Amino acid sequence: MENKSAAKDPEGETIMRELMHRNGFETVRKVRTGKYLRIEVEAENKEKAREIVFKMCNDLRIFNPVIHVCSIREADV
Amino acid sequence: MVKVAVLQFPGSNCDLDTLYVLRNVIKLDAELVWHREFKANVYDAVVLPGGFSYGDALRAGVIAAYSPAMKHVKEMAREGKPVLGICNGFQILVEAGILPGALVRNDTLTFICKWVYLRLENNKTVFTWKGKVGQVLAMPIAHNEGKYFNDEKGLKELYENEQVVFRYSNINGEVTPEANPNGSLDNIAGICNVERNVLGLMPHPERAAEVILSPYRTKDGLLIFEAMAEFLRGKGVATSRWS
Repeated sequence: MENKSAAKDPEGETIMRELMHRNGFETVRKVRTGKYLRIEVEAENKEKAREIVFKMCNDLRIFNPVIHVCSIREADV
Repeated sequence: MVKVAVLQFPGSNCDLDTLYVLRNVIKLDAELVWHREFKANVYDAVVLPGGFSYGDALRAGVIAAYSPAMKHVKEMAREGKPVLGICNGFQILVEAGILPGALVRNDTLTFICKWVYLRLENNKTVFTWKGKVGQVLAMPIAHNEGKYFNDEKGLKELYENEQVVFRYSNINGEVTPEANPNGSLDNIAGICNVERNVLGLMPHPERAAEVILSPYRTKDGLLIFEAMAEFLRGKGVATSRWS
């Protein structure tokens, strides 16, 4: 999950400006920070697992829809 | 006359406290230096104060670690000049590779601000030669990422080279899990480099350098600054004696 593109990301801007640009990587155009949760769920298949995680992310407010965008990617365990 | 720098980064916030102790309590010639203006050859010692350099973006201390000022700090470390990193200063020294290991988020997942006891483990450093091994010092900590970590090999090297300087203990100097505030590996609170002229520690000696600041009416933090001052004035034992 990360901030919506309309919302500023001061941490990403600081990393880009003060760390990357200042140390020779001036070609970096954009840095957005975010948070990554690796979730293992018991499910019959990937689609079911995705459904569980999708529901959980919304029900438990894992992200704040006002400011965050959230994406779900499946992988084998 | 010897001259000590207190290095300022955007977000440093213990710089004035540190300067006050150096100037008014220890009576050293000290000055604040903005990181872009810092030059190694002007100073005999440097203190990296606590704070939140660059807002702790990415990881605490990592952006400051890539400031050109750190090349000068490295040069001073190499020349055997005293280099002291307190709290965020310790994090910067670690991120710059001047001290080994990592400082990660406290086990509590909270910012911890409280007084702790430290057991002095090594008195053969520029900053601790005035103390005794086993001596217990009271100092406050105030950090979110103060859990010291190193891998098995790294930890072994720390002990082999006698680089562990302070460990969290109880008032009796016993190093117990209960006395470990943040989950630090082996209760490690402060370490030095192999040459013993660079010290990094999470507790704040500058906040424990006068009786009026301490709930116990102690001034244990002074030991570190006094040892450095006397070393600089030539009264201390030479670093070569320990190698």
